[in-house]
Amino acid sequence: MFRKILIANRGEIALRVIDACKELGIATVAVYSEADRNALHVRFADEAVCIGPARSSESYLNIPQVISAAEITNTEAIHPGYGFLSENANFAEVCEASHITFIGPTPDLLRMMGEKDQARREMSAAGVPVVPGSQGIVGDEAAALAEATRIKYPVILKASAGGGGRGMRVVRAEEELAAAFATARNEAQQAFGIPDLYIEKFIERPRHIEFQVLGDKHGHVMHLGERECSIQRRHQKLIEESPSPTVDAKLRAELGARVVAALEQVGYTSAGTVEFLMDEDGSIYFIEMNARIQVEHPVTEMVTGVDLIKSQIRLAAGEKLDKVVGKHVIRGHAIECRINAEDPDTFVPSAGHITVFRTPGGPGIRVDTAAHADAVIPPYYDSLVAKLIAYGDTRGEAIARMRRALEMFVVEGIKTSIPLQRKIMMDPDFISGKLDTHFLDRFATSHSG
Amino acid sequence: MKGSKKHIPSSDISVPGVDLGQLERLLSFMSDHGLEEFEYAHGDLRIRLKKAIPQQVAAPVLALPVAQAAAPQAAPPQAPPTAPAAPAPAQPAPAAAADEHIIKSPIVGTFYAGPSPEAGAFVHVGDHVDPGQTVCIIEAMKLMNEIEADISGEVARILVENGQPVEYGEPLFALRPSGKKK
Repeated sequence: MFRKILIANRGEIALRVIDACKELGIATVAVYSEADRNALHVRFADEAVCIGPARSSESYLNIPQVISAAEITNTEAIHPGYGFLSENANFAEVCEASHITFIGPTPDLLRMMGEKDQARREMSAAGVPVVPGSQGIVGDEAAALAEATRIKYPVILKASAGGGGRGMRVVRAEEELAAAFATARNEAQQAFGIPDLYIEKFIERPRHIEFQVLGDKHGHVMHLGERECSIQRRHQKLIEESPSPTVDAKLRAELGARVVAALEQVGYTSAGTVEFLMDEDGSIYFIEMNARIQVEHPVTEMVTGVDLIKSQIRLAAGEKLDKVVGKHVIRGHAIECRINAEDPDTFVPSAGHITVFRTPGGPGIRVDTAAHADAVIPPYYDSLVAKLIAYGDTRGEAIARMRRALEMFVVEGIKTSIPLQRKIMMDPDFISGKLDTHFLDRFATSHSG
Repeated sequence: MKGSKKHIPSSDISVPGVDLGQLERLLSFMSDHGLEEFEYAHGDLRIRLKKAIPQQVAAPVLALPVAQAAAPQAAPPQAPPTAPAAPAPAQPAPAAAADEHIIKSPIVGTFYAGPSPEAGAFVHVGDHVDPGQTVCIIEAMKLMNEIEADISGEVARILVENGQPVEYGEPLFALRPSGKKK
């Protein structure tokens, strides 16, 4: 086991890793930017090294600074948390070259999962269903028509060089295809200088379902059930839960087995999340894999009783999966609300000085946060202030606990998403588990008076 | 040191082994580095200084490792890098520094006063330095980074020990800029 771990992150996840290290008897090194001089991860780590100015490209993302901090403190391993350097294959390689264990997958796996196309091909080859679509570019209208007929409408045309919605067109019927193809090509040409398009099945109202996995360095992978994260705005998750209200034991077992087989085939190590979209008819398609610990990992911890961060550390140290996790069952239900520093109506970030910070407690409540009264939420990093997790024997009990916890969570000085999350907990669709990734759009419209 | 120096009743400083000059230097050091509180221990001697102004930041402040900087006689061995301590004494650095200019470390690494163990230090207290002149080396990831003086002046104090790990922004040298005399 490691004697000392450096945490290349900040905020609640840095504290979460410190928690795990303290329980495992491992010394910790915090790194921080000048903006985080008074942050709690600096206070609670055994040692701390300032690695640069506020801007993350010069501090938390600065590989030489992070590695130097590990070297001057004689650190044996680095936990990257999420975001920042957590999925940076180059960073993982530099760690390796510096004889420091990167607590995460190998550089090769990070690279494979980072190339979305390659990840899809690998998973598809290993028997995991992917969104049906063209194999690469569709050269002309006739080819597009043939593909669309094969994969069935609605379909979406996407610019191969694309992003940000440009060069994208949803096509619901054959007669719309020709016009859409021409406009999308034009848009792609103008936006990216390349007119190439590919075509995919369009999922009208997808649910976001993801599987938590753990792999060891001895070829074993296991899954710890799924999470549903359909409540999103602009692809940012706001509320997550486990298990999903729509996944039954049969689907969990079948899909879980395929995920495990696929990841054993590629030799996956460490914690990871395999993300799927679920169509209204219940078909499920792989979209991507996040090769790191995720923000919403606590809901899985609550229902499985498995400490994912401690597991990650022990697996990185070479322990075997059956020893680290062993037998576990999914029991009860957990929901997480991401409490963000932002206007609950406009989602505009609200950095600033927290004057009052009162966290809820009581049965089934967990709060992961690095905030406190008199803390400052700096404007340089993400807006996550706290993760509020409610656990109950049933989904109903978890919702009831979340409601009262949100009522009793007091944050003053900055705006937070709490008022929005209070409303969602009362929403009939949410309560009945009728979710999809457009939930919040509908919700905002119906509540805007 | 305008503004920051306080009138100190002589009774308060009649500590055996400490003279007024030493305390004055500690006080200047505190104000140079924006410190509110300062504790210094050497042998049996223990000094605790605290400014009588309200704390700006309520977040807890860690024990500061400034003793090394203030007490170069502490004789640390130059063997394996010891842990660089918690939040550095640095920021907000010498914006208000009166007659001294601080050269801070631009990177995390290990401080070396000279180009090799055999060679002497690049600079000594009392030396005059010019902009662009190498004052030390910071080793980071097996690379020797030469750190240069950014102004012309006289080396007043060297704030770190040879072989000491330093963090970003850590004060390395205090220079007395040319043209100003203390």
